[in-house]
Amino acid sequence: MNDLVSEEARQWIGKSDEPIEVEVTRRDIIKYSVATEQILDKFINGDEAPPMFVAGLSRKIVPIDDLGSDGLPPASLVPDLPLKRVMAGGVSFRFHRPVKPGDVLVFNRTLSNIVGKKGKTGPLIFVTYSIICETKNGEAVLDQEQTRILR
Amino acid sequence: MKIANLSVGQQLPIRHFKASNVSLFCYNAAIWNPHRIHYDEKYTKEIEHHPEIVIDGPLQGDWLSQTVTNWISDDGNLLEFSYENRRASFLGETLSAGGEIKSIDYDTNIIELVLYIKNEKAEVTTPGTARVKIKN
Repeated sequence: MNDLVSEEARQWIGKSDEPIEVEVTRRDIIKYSVATEQILDKFINGDEAPPMFVAGLSRKIVPIDDLGSDGLPPASLVPDLPLKRVMAGGVSFRFHRPVKPGDVLVFNRTLSNIVGKKGKTGPLIFVTYSIICETKNGEAVLDQEQTRILR
Repeated sequence: MKIANLSVGQQLPIRHFKASNVSLFCYNAAIWNPHRIHYDEKYTKEIEHHPEIVIDGPLQGDWLSQTVTNWISDDGNLLEFSYENRRASFLGETLSAGGEIKSIDYDTNIIELVLYIKNEKAEVTTPGTARVKIKN
């Protein structure tokens, strides 16, 4: 099924977005904790971030005029592939250490793989992105893998 | 929590979540997600053809992670967590998050969990897994 992924599309593997740097504040943790209806005091008081807080931190912030009619910023790292319909893929996380107020985090997002497969109902393409989150000092915080399935 | 008191198949406490317009606004503002399917009802129905405002997939991911963090509290650490948004959920639905112990390694104190979010029809919308390390 490798003919599904052209040589041109394959060139995208290994490409990365510009790193995103984020200073974590107690207030940001509290907002997230309230919005997600956390129960533990350490999250509600903003002493520590809930594990999934970091996953929501690396979204791009662009000027309002650059948002699409759907409200979203332009997508990046999207190669031209023959299958267009996006199905929900999976997300997995490996946590190295909790995030606390004052942390300065750096996110690096890379298109890590594109694989064509034969599914039960037809061809599928799996596009995998990896997001590595470290502190500015290079301490590992979180590894995230996200897979988008195209059919 | 003592690892000796835990057993494979043991259920995690179930928690119910019902998103509101206000809670979805707060969540999407907090993560800076301007996608209109989470607040613009007319657009959501007419342009993207959903039956109602859509509950964010990652918000359900967070609720799933809370079945673990609330259960272990300060007695352990979440090492790994994964989920898959298999079925969309919409404003007005009450979702239930739960899970059970899949394996216990008494040498390393590592526990594997299987997790789920179900809708009111008992369909699993978001399955997940987690690995935790208990401190004692």
